[in-house]
Amino acid sequence: MRARTIRGPVGATAAAALITGLAACSGPTGGTASAGPDSAVVGIANEPETLSPLLGYGKDGNSKIFDGLLAHDADMKLKPALAEALPEVSADGLTYTYRLRQGVKFSDGQPFGAKDVVFTYRTILHEKTNNASKSELDAIAGVEAQGEDAVVFRLKYPYAPFAERTVLPIAPEHIAGGQDVNSGDFAAKPIGTGPYVLTAWSKGEKLSFKANPSYWGGEPAVKKFTMAVIKDDDVRATRLRSGELDGAILPPNLAGAFKDDGARRTWTAKTFDYRNVTMPTGNEVTGDVAVRRALDLAVDRGAMVDKLLEGAGKAAYGPVPTGSPWFAPGTERTYDLAAARKILDEAGWVPGDDGIRAKKGLRATFPLWHTSGDKIRQDHALAFASDARKAGIEVKIESGSWEVIEPRMKTDAVLAGGGSPADPDFDQYLTLHSSLAGDGFNNMARYDNKTVDRALVDGRRSGDPAARKAAYDTVQRELVKNPGYIYLTHIDHLYVVNDKWDGPSTQVEPHDHGLGSGPWWNIENWKPKQN
Amino acid sequence: MARMAGRRTLFAGPVLLVVTFGVFAVAELSPFDPVKAYAGTAGLTAPQAELDRLAANLGVDQPLTARWWEWLTSALTGDLGTSAVMRQPVADVIGERLGWSALLALSAFAVALLLGTGLGVLAARRQGGLLDRAVSALAYTLEAAPAFWLGLLAIWFFSVRLGVLPSGGLTDAGSDVVTAGQVARHLVLPALVLGLSQLPWFFLYVRQGVADALEEDPVRGARARGVGERRVLLGHGLRSGMLPMLTLIGSRVPELITGALLVETVFSWPGIAAATVQAATSVDFPLLAALTVLATAAVLAGNLLSDLLYGLADPRVGFDG
Repeated sequence: MRARTIRGPVGATAAAALITGLAACSGPTGGTASAGPDSAVVGIANEPETLSPLLGYGKDGNSKIFDGLLAHDADMKLKPALAEALPEVSADGLTYTYRLRQGVKFSDGQPFGAKDVVFTYRTILHEKTNNASKSELDAIAGVEAQGEDAVVFRLKYPYAPFAERTVLPIAPEHIAGGQDVNSGDFAAKPIGTGPYVLTAWSKGEKLSFKANPSYWGGEPAVKKFTMAVIKDDDVRATRLRSGELDGAILPPNLAGAFKDDGARRTWTAKTFDYRNVTMPTGNEVTGDVAVRRALDLAVDRGAMVDKLLEGAGKAAYGPVPTGSPWFAPGTERTYDLAAARKILDEAGWVPGDDGIRAKKGLRATFPLWHTSGDKIRQDHALAFASDARKAGIEVKIESGSWEVIEPRMKTDAVLAGGGSPADPDFDQYLTLHSSLAGDGFNNMARYDNKTVDRALVDGRRSGDPAARKAAYDTVQRELVKNPGYIYLTHIDHLYVVNDKWDGPSTQVEPHDHGLGSGPWWNIENWKPKQN
Repeated sequence: MARMAGRRTLFAGPVLLVVTFGVFAVAELSPFDPVKAYAGTAGLTAPQAELDRLAANLGVDQPLTARWWEWLTSALTGDLGTSAVMRQPVADVIGERLGWSALLALSAFAVALLLGTGLGVLAARRQGGLLDRAVSALAYTLEAAPAFWLGLLAIWFFSVRLGVLPSGGLTDAGSDVVTAGQVARHLVLPALVLGLSQLPWFFLYVRQGVADALEEDPVRGARARGVGERRVLLGHGLRSGMLPMLTLIGSRVPELITGALLVETVFSWPGIAAATVQAATSVDFPLLAALTVLATAAVLAGNLLSDLLYGLADPRVGFDG
């Protein structure tokens, strides 16, 4: 074959210009959803690995296929579901008794009973069950049926937020009991008591549900419900615009494009979802309380909310967002660079020639890791480094996967995230208690504060709401005096949904938003709008 | 010819064996942690003791050779094991997805082959002509354009702008029965995008091959004898011009598989490619090994196919045996 000069380049450039030019002139026409008001199709970003509650699906409630003993209402207050009332708690806080709702049937027609509850909890706690969340049920010493219509949990220690854990879905023993819990097909073909029945699960594509006609809470008005799995944010926005989806979760910049769309409504869910920077005690710089306190004052949280989140979020002063009843008033800190510098001056951190401080030969510098590919974390890390630089502290940004970051967590700072609205114990005990320092991903900063340890134990053991509130107030005040983490923002989750139903609303959402989050958390209560 | 096929098939066994061991070894060396991948976000709050027990249950605390041997022996008895990341038997994962990937790949292949050959012959006939320049330019552009970007462009144009084709999924998002009509409509865009991303190779090879053939003495002679242009083009030009392309057919198989990976992701196509990525990043040994065997077998079969085609098209080329 002879070599031949390529005549293409000029033409290729022209063609490329033509194509990109075509892409640039935007202005897609807004479509209307193809489906009727009794069916809803929503776009979600992440697919569950399993639909088996025994392996962790739906553990925080709002599973459409299953019900827990309890459920959350719109304000995240507990309400009865498969239990007919909230549990009776013994005076010592060690025994929880649930009376069960009568006449409930699984979607295959078999009756629900106490044995199913006992089976579910015992299976999850079994050591051969591959459920990574089972430590959340650590307080349970035993669970037994009391006759046909009651279940009793005995706890190893008084655990005040225990009832919050009983929103986890109940599996039918007559089906799930007959197969391998880790690999059986129950995980893909679940049967539950919930408002919807899974009709198809095309992995990687979508989950299809139909209304359960014999649901104990009444048959839902939205008869068909589909969750389309679309990982890419842009594709999700495009499919929403093309009318294939009735709703979707979107990042702020893409959700913004739908703001003036009369046929769609943007929902902003408040969350406990924070981003923070760990201040590892194993590092001489971040381990210095003066450095921690100075950084805590030197970060401009307001600017992060306005610029990084485009207003969709709130400044975070601790794990609890300012709007929550658990928030300790008076712990808000305003951006105060002068005060930060003063703290560092007084602690002996002297600015060097390049503006970076040093103390007895130790340079005020430390690395900060963020997970690669996560734009929000990257933006937060860069903003944090820029704010720290103004106070004379150098933060070197690095990125990698968790596998790369984990071995360095003891000495390097990490841009972390977390948050759980159901109870302050869930997140705070794991991230702050000294006994969990460096245990897996718990207490990444290896924070060690005896006052906080005591308060966390009081908070989880006391049955008295006022005492609990006081304990978590103590934790938040201690975090001001000695921040183990610099909390930056609480991030709103944004959803765009067609405005053709009555009923959508949002709950306060956790960091990890599974299938239960979003305005469709209560889709069983949606009604077509009357026009 | 039969001997070549037989020899290659015998040879495939050891190759597959080495490849699967290689996969296990590479996965072992990778920084990814199968336990963390299995636990997902729950792993970020689980105590270390829990993660250790999970590792034991999943069998990932075993040494490399033991894991590989166990996988191999049970695979030979027909048990492909359970995929940790999909939480279901590997055979089911593959059974559910392979057909859809094959459908996509074959359609795309047909698009690339037919369009590429047709345009290549036309371009070669009048090199430097308007059609040649336009299509060549387009081919170079397509070669440079990532399939992902082409996919987004196609969705924007055909689904959003014109609203004529669905932008993703196997069937309409609101439907849960799989009908041939729906699948056909949903197949158009992904197959077109994947096909177009493969098109430049076929086009450029055919164009060059046919153009070269038209310059050869027999063709000049035929033309001088007054043989019609049509016969010259199809009989002589295409026949010898096709030769390099036949080799190409087999060698495009790996490209097609990687291209399908991106295209399946953009269009939420429930094929095997997406599962491959997940298996790799989660160090899901049983699924990864099975998928690697499949991919390797596809490549070996592709090579065999192109050699056989080459031999059939040109009797002067012998079979290696």
